[in-house]
Amino acid sequence: MKTGLTVFLATAVAFGASWLGLVYGPIAQLGGQQQTVVLQSGDTWPQQRTGDATLGLQVYRAYGCAACHTQQARQSGVADEITLTSLGSDKAADLKDYVKTLLVLPSLLEASNTIVANLEAWNGQVPLTLYSGQDSAVVATLADKLKAGGLKTDARVVASGPDLARGWGVRQSVAADYLYDVPVQLGSLRAGPDLSIIGVRSPDVNWQLQHLYAPRSLVKSSTMPAFRFLFTVRKAGAQPAPDALVLPPEFAPAAGLEVVPTAEARQLAAYLVSLKATAPLYEAPFTPVTAAK
Amino acid sequence: MNPAETKSISPAEIDASCRVPLLALFGGAALWLVLGLGLGIAAMLSFHAPNMFADCPVLTYGRAQAAANDLLLYGFVIPAALGVMLWIFARLSQAPLALPIVPVAAANLWHLGVLVGTGAILAGQSTGYPWLEYPRVAAVLLFAGFMLAAVSAAATMGFRRDREMHPAHWFLFASLLWFVWSYSTANLFLLPAHPPRGVVQAVVAWWFGNNLLFVWLALAGVGMAFYFLPKFAGKPLAGTGYALFAFLTLIVSATWCGIPRSAPVPAWLPALSTYAAMLAIIPVLAIAIIAWRTISGSGFCVTGGPNCFVRFGTLSFVLSALLYLGAWCPRGSQILDLTWYGFGVSQWQLLGFAGMMLLGGIYHILPRIMAKDLPFPLLAKANAFIFGFGVLIYVLPLLAGGLEQGLKLRDPSVPFADVSAASLLFLRISTTGQLLLLVGALCLLVNVLLMTLQWKIALAKSAIAAVLAPLETRPEAGTPKEVKS
Repeated sequence: MKTGLTVFLATAVAFGASWLGLVYGPIAQLGGQQQTVVLQSGDTWPQQRTGDATLGLQVYRAYGCAACHTQQARQSGVADEITLTSLGSDKAADLKDYVKTLLVLPSLLEASNTIVANLEAWNGQVPLTLYSGQDSAVVATLADKLKAGGLKTDARVVASGPDLARGWGVRQSVAADYLYDVPVQLGSLRAGPDLSIIGVRSPDVNWQLQHLYAPRSLVKSSTMPAFRFLFTVRKAGAQPAPDALVLPPEFAPAAGLEVVPTAEARQLAAYLVSLKATAPLYEAPFTPVTAAK
Repeated sequence: MNPAETKSISPAEIDASCRVPLLALFGGAALWLVLGLGLGIAAMLSFHAPNMFADCPVLTYGRAQAAANDLLLYGFVIPAALGVMLWIFARLSQAPLALPIVPVAAANLWHLGVLVGTGAILAGQSTGYPWLEYPRVAAVLLFAGFMLAAVSAAATMGFRRDREMHPAHWFLFASLLWFVWSYSTANLFLLPAHPPRGVVQAVVAWWFGNNLLFVWLALAGVGMAFYFLPKFAGKPLAGTGYALFAFLTLIVSATWCGIPRSAPVPAWLPALSTYAAMLAIIPVLAIAIIAWRTISGSGFCVTGGPNCFVRFGTLSFVLSALLYLGAWCPRGSQILDLTWYGFGVSQWQLLGFAGMMLLGGIYHILPRIMAKDLPFPLLAKANAFIFGFGVLIYVLPLLAGGLEQGLKLRDPSVPFADVSAASLLFLRISTTGQLLLLVGALCLLVNVLLMTLQWKIALAKSAIAAVLAPLETRPEAGTPKEVKS
């Protein structure tokens, strides 16, 4: 490479390709993304936030909450699952025999080992998960045959993974979840727990406010900094203010004083309880537990 | 016209032409380095005593950590790199720095931008995008500053006497181009009133973060290594062909990394980044081979001079790049994503690789442009050991802590409280490293500031002498002037 022009052209081609691929490409594909429809429901997803929660996203940004909290649940797999919920009038021993007669069916042959293993390890109590795997035909056949035998079953699509097992989500996070976020703050470090469904895990605004003021009054071993600057400590009147925090004695201010949240604190709490990525979507299917019962 | 062709020029004259702009760039950089490390320690204190800044919104972890990261990257690494680059371009061109007043203006604009940006983050005006936290006003100042410095650097390169380009030229010239391109792209897409909808913002921010922290630092740092390593080893760079191969494969592959495997985006994006990360291991290994072949046989240095810094920096580049790229392998990413590991790798890239390389450059260049020895050469030597050990004590616990955290997060039966409690020990050790780094940064600051001060005093003295000289001769106005030698 003798001249500056050669270097310039080589770098321009390489950088331009990366720009086209990782900046222009995603913008072309996702930049105009619209709301989608929730599976088995007429609802749209995501919903625009309330005014307070929209302002709360800016409070979340201003204090850099994303430095310690992610908003992305990861998923390692998705499975079709069939669970026996009621034995009806049959006994456990009868059920074992009945199911074993079904295993000769062609669609169950592949899964027969798993089903037998589940039956052998069974303690005789319901619910019993008979099969959990990728083959939806197995689930359909079992559901039909068990129903014909007078047994009650529950066939579900279940998303799985360590994050979901921790209760940090019911399915993986997908692009559509962030449609109304400006800026999108996915986070890159889990010094604190993931917040994708904090609005489901801790839906009480007062809990959120108290947790912001004194994290260790609610979560004993929490390492989260206290955000006391989001609250005003003032002299209590004859009646405590309706929005004053109810704190345990060791975290409460001196007698005669009360702690009230500022507007920022209320907005932040409203934003946190608005984080509920729980809708089943085409790209992240699962059967909600409540709908199956 | 090429002025360098008409007359020959001594290295001392070239160095002198760089003096003012480089002092402006290095002085600010040294100050920001101290402040950035100090702020980083303040941020980490939140993990040692979580109620410490409960009544102080300015120093809350989210703000202090973002401001500290940006001070290291934008405050220290980039202006220091621009300074070293300008000097290398002038030396390689065997010509004085072109338009020397332009980079002085550039340095002032740049440092003003860093000041505004840091103030904005601490006041809650961060944009919320990692590595792009500075708001629009600061971004405009930084961009203008960089453009000016780049113009001077490109003009100096254009005036080079030997038309054949040195491998360092390719890397450094590409880094100038790439910063302008990626920084303007990120700001134009992410900072207008209506950025693209949804998760695309995160994709652009990841692309930018990778291209600044990995690609840009690699281009700038390896460019410097390819200049300094052969110079200190006293022999030419081994394998120019290898260098060309490394350069081309680096810019083709590394620019596609950056999208984490766990990202909630269409699968083709993280898949592309994964392939690119595996490919980018090739140029990293090629650079390691070139560096090894260049320095082998020239003995190991434990003297603490610039040579020591540059070799530590080169080794850090290879190791940190391998750790960075390795985190994309499918099994690894499941454990290492979203842990302290990523933070540790970025700090190694910033301080262990870029930081050490630039400190070596500054300590090599300062005595030359000032035409006098460093005021505290012993501090400069100690700095190599303090900073080197500091980086290791700071970063290695973060990497180990990230691994431990990732393994525990993978096991849902471990309560989250235990996961975060396990990280605390590692964070405490790493804070010791931060303290060492701060001491090292103070060694640099003392040297740079005292040198600037001595130079300013000398300037002021000669200016005063020039002003006073005619006044002293006034009583003898009637007599014919004596010519003093």
